Amino acid sequence: MSTSATDVVVTGLGATTPLGADVPSTWDALLAGRSGVSRITDDWIKDFPAQLVARLVADPAEQIDRVRARRLDRSQQVAVIAAEEAWRESGAADAGVVPERIAVVFGTGIGGALTLLGQDDILEEKGPKRVSPFTIPMLMPNGPAAAVGLAIGAKGGVHAPVSACASGAEAIRWGLDLLRFDRADVVLVGGTEACVHPLPMAGFAAMRAMSTRNDEPERASRPFDKARDGFVLGEGAAALVLERADAAKARGARVHARLAGAGGTADGYDLVAPHPEGEGAARAISAALRDAGLTPSDIGHVNAHATSTPVGDTAEAAAIRSSLGEHVLVSATKSQTGHLLGAAGALESVFTVLALREQIVPATANLDDPDDNAAVQALDIVRHEPRRTSFSAAVNDSFGFGGHNIALVFTTA
Amino acid sequence: MSREDIQTGLAEILEEVAGVTPADATPEKSFTDDLDVDSLSMVEIATAVEDKFGVAIPDDELGNIKTVGDAISFIEKNQG
Repeated sequence: MSTSATDVVVTGLGATTPLGADVPSTWDALLAGRSGVSRITDDWIKDFPAQLVARLVADPAEQIDRVRARRLDRSQQVAVIAAEEAWRESGAADAGVVPERIAVVFGTGIGGALTLLGQDDILEEKGPKRVSPFTIPMLMPNGPAAAVGLAIGAKGGVHAPVSACASGAEAIRWGLDLLRFDRADVVLVGGTEACVHPLPMAGFAAMRAMSTRNDEPERASRPFDKARDGFVLGEGAAALVLERADAAKARGARVHARLAGAGGTADGYDLVAPHPEGEGAARAISAALRDAGLTPSDIGHVNAHATSTPVGDTAEAAAIRSSLGEHVLVSATKSQTGHLLGAAGALESVFTVLALREQIVPATANLDDPDDNAAVQALDIVRHEPRRTSFSAAVNDSFGFGGHNIALVFTTA
Repeated sequence: MSREDIQTGLAEILEEVAGVTPADATPEKSFTDDLDVDSLSMVEIATAVEDKFGVAIPDDELGNIKTVGDAISFIEKNQG
């Protein structure tokens, strides 16, 4: 493939997830078919219908300096950990990029929920004078982006898209635009979420969005399977370093993959329910393909959003089928990671990049009995074992409550 | 409580809140210039001082406390 001045490549990857404390361990666990899901055993959970969670493998507060950690919400701690891994791995810090040309785009779905709720407890129990002076910077949804910006010394702009479970993917799309418009030379993008707490758990459960397969944690997240009954809430963060291809080449950076295009649409249908045929999702995928200058036959793999909800998965299957056809190899990695909400798009883009680089498509766990839905039946969903194959382009799509649809196209380096 | 005891207690607070090494928490040190304690951390320190010494530091006084010594003197003067 030819290279133009606005080609954008991925030069760094970072993650801390329910499968591993960094990208290599997360990827290894994914390919090995391990599950990050477990049952909550705290007392508060006993009256909850949905009791499953995909917890981080490594406690973020133990990975960063204690004083720094106490000023960061958990969602910010994991954002910084993932960002620092990606930044380190990219080598961009040693490449002489001036801080004024480094930007950050880091999304979150919920923001600093643990701080908000924890400080509200303090307010109720001890009064307003005991509320931490760090409450606001810890709960604001731009807090993770700001913390990451400080961590890597970015002065070229720090941005925080908020579009529920599409936030992480939306951050990647913004980063692509910043580079194409020459507003920065390096952009660190990603998403983060850490909101395992009774209130979000109760809220999602009240929507009937969460799996209640409490006795079989590792089998609960089962995208596209006939017996799926909702998602499993996960926590974590993922990050990617983006830069223009010519600059990356000039500094001799390791290029994992190209970010060839992006598309974004809104359903305009319902606040939370997806369009049953995935109309907006299909338009996002088609827009991303056009942006990348590719056709459906170029795409070999899709890392699907597929959260394991009854309506979401079939709508997405319809969207993939109508926009790309039936030849693509589909993976639903939330079957092992759970649903990381605002981090999901970023983590699944990391997986998509690694799949391209390693030429292996991850499996969809727990897909024992595919849904009868015609689109699900028609698609080639990789299950049980990862599949080695040869492909040069892949799509990662992400959707969020609010009708947000983002699709990203990655190609081999 | 003696100035030495107050200094020791204050040093514990500074270590907990701002990561200041206790040996560095000496009276001549400026919170912002020497110990890298920002304004929000000063608010946390004031709350911790009230818990530990029973001495409330009003906001208009907090701005006048520039050094560890200033804080020790304020606590010494106002302790019950």
